[in-house]
Amino acid sequence: MTDDLVERLLAGDHRALARTITTIENRAPGYRDLVSELHRHTGNAEVIGVTGSPGAGKSTLVDKLAVAYREDGLTVGVIAIDPSSPYTGGAVLGDRIRMAGNAGDMDVFFRSMSARGSLGGLSTATTDAVKALDAFGKDKVIVETVGAGQNEVDVVKTADTVAVLVPPGSGDDVQMLKAGILEIGDVFVVNKADLPGSDRTVQELREMLELRRDAGAGGHHGHGAAVDPDPDQDGTADETPAWRPPVVETVAETGEGVPELLDALADHRAYLEGSGRLAEIERTRYAEEIRTLLREDLRDLLADELDARGGLSSYVEAVGARETDPYAVADELIAPISECVERQRATETGTGESRTGNGSDDSTTENGTDEQ
Amino acid sequence: MDSEGRTIRCLVAKVGLDGHDRGAHVIARAFRDAGFEVIYSGLHKSPAEIVQATVQEDVDVLAISILSGAHNTLVPKVTAGLDEYGALADTLVLVGGIIPDDDADTLKDAGVAEVFGPGTKTETIIEYVRDHAPER
Repeated sequence: MTDDLVERLLAGDHRALARTITTIENRAPGYRDLVSELHRHTGNAEVIGVTGSPGAGKSTLVDKLAVAYREDGLTVGVIAIDPSSPYTGGAVLGDRIRMAGNAGDMDVFFRSMSARGSLGGLSTATTDAVKALDAFGKDKVIVETVGAGQNEVDVVKTADTVAVLVPPGSGDDVQMLKAGILEIGDVFVVNKADLPGSDRTVQELREMLELRRDAGAGGHHGHGAAVDPDPDQDGTADETPAWRPPVVETVAETGEGVPELLDALADHRAYLEGSGRLAEIERTRYAEEIRTLLREDLRDLLADELDARGGLSSYVEAVGARETDPYAVADELIAPISECVERQRATETGTGESRTGNGSDDSTTENGTDEQ
Repeated sequence: MDSEGRTIRCLVAKVGLDGHDRGAHVIARAFRDAGFEVIYSGLHKSPAEIVQATVQEDVDVLAISILSGAHNTLVPKVTAGLDEYGALADTLVLVGGIIPDDDADTLKDAGVAEVFGPGTKTETIIEYVRDHAPER
């Protein structure tokens, strides 16, 4: 079944691609094998993330980008992520309405996804869906998401190039800092640039980016790079010239500024390839992917262990009655698992070392710090 | 969610030159509140666009709302398109709107599972979807 689906997907069957993404989203049985199978067919698509507040014009702009890429003879995949209700799990996924420019064009594969449930598996599902589109042979894959919160930032890490949309008049510069959007953007887009206040927003953005750049330059002169949000400060900074995120003005509705945006995206791509950054972020991404999977698998393992012990409620009561405390409970529950790991490691002392010797160490540690 | 706890995905679609979307909005909302994931097509979509969306989104349910009277022309175009992409067999196609009984039979012959007229309770439709959402 899985083999058949992969085969059909690779042969260009749209329905197989759609079903593959459904399987990934549902974590249906066999989905892991499916993604494993797909992985070696990936690595050719350029992945662009588009994020911004609700109503910033993401979908409309994505539509225009897709049209432009299609005019260049490229194929496009779009994954649009919308929030789902925390109460019913239901969602209205509305981004498709804006895809008017690509209506009926099967070579633009548009897929709506909801931020389903609270399992935190959204970034995994997105990464895997991007893989499906990549393996299918899409030249450009665009991931579109509402830019608010950790989930979205994680999702955006799937992309090689991230465009952040800032609507005019979206508050003073402190707001921008608060939202943390400066760190994730490679290209900034002030959309609806025909609205009053857009000049000011552009100016403020440029100033903020300038500050970020200066702060980054400070990092060069000896201080540790650990807290620097600038991605170029991770040890290879000396050879790699820093990327200066441009600010582009667009009116997505009319298509004004879209050519400039395309140029900016292409420039960033060229920078990634020319500077070796691309290989770097890929390594970081794979390390992150592995780490996320491990975390999820461990959680499942723990859930099983909890079930086997009759669930959490008795522990909760004991904690409430001050008979024990959350830390002690966690220690007790994790003990059998860590015992297994230790026993396993003891039996294969020799092989334990080879696992730490692979090349992705630096990216691994770099990432390890920001998620704990 | 259906009986196995899977999230049901629906496309609520308006096809053709028909600007009456109140019904579609009511259904979209009711589906959402029932825990379904709802993709709304927007107004004035061609059959080809509906087919594209249904195939790509891999929805369990395609709910077409049509009040223009052109259902005999437009709906079979949608179902034929779905068939072309191998998507008709495992998509539950529903039609809502003002459809004369005779026409309902024609539509069912074209691959529509059920037709719901004015006054149908949203609970009835939701229950029908839960019971009939295709196996995946």
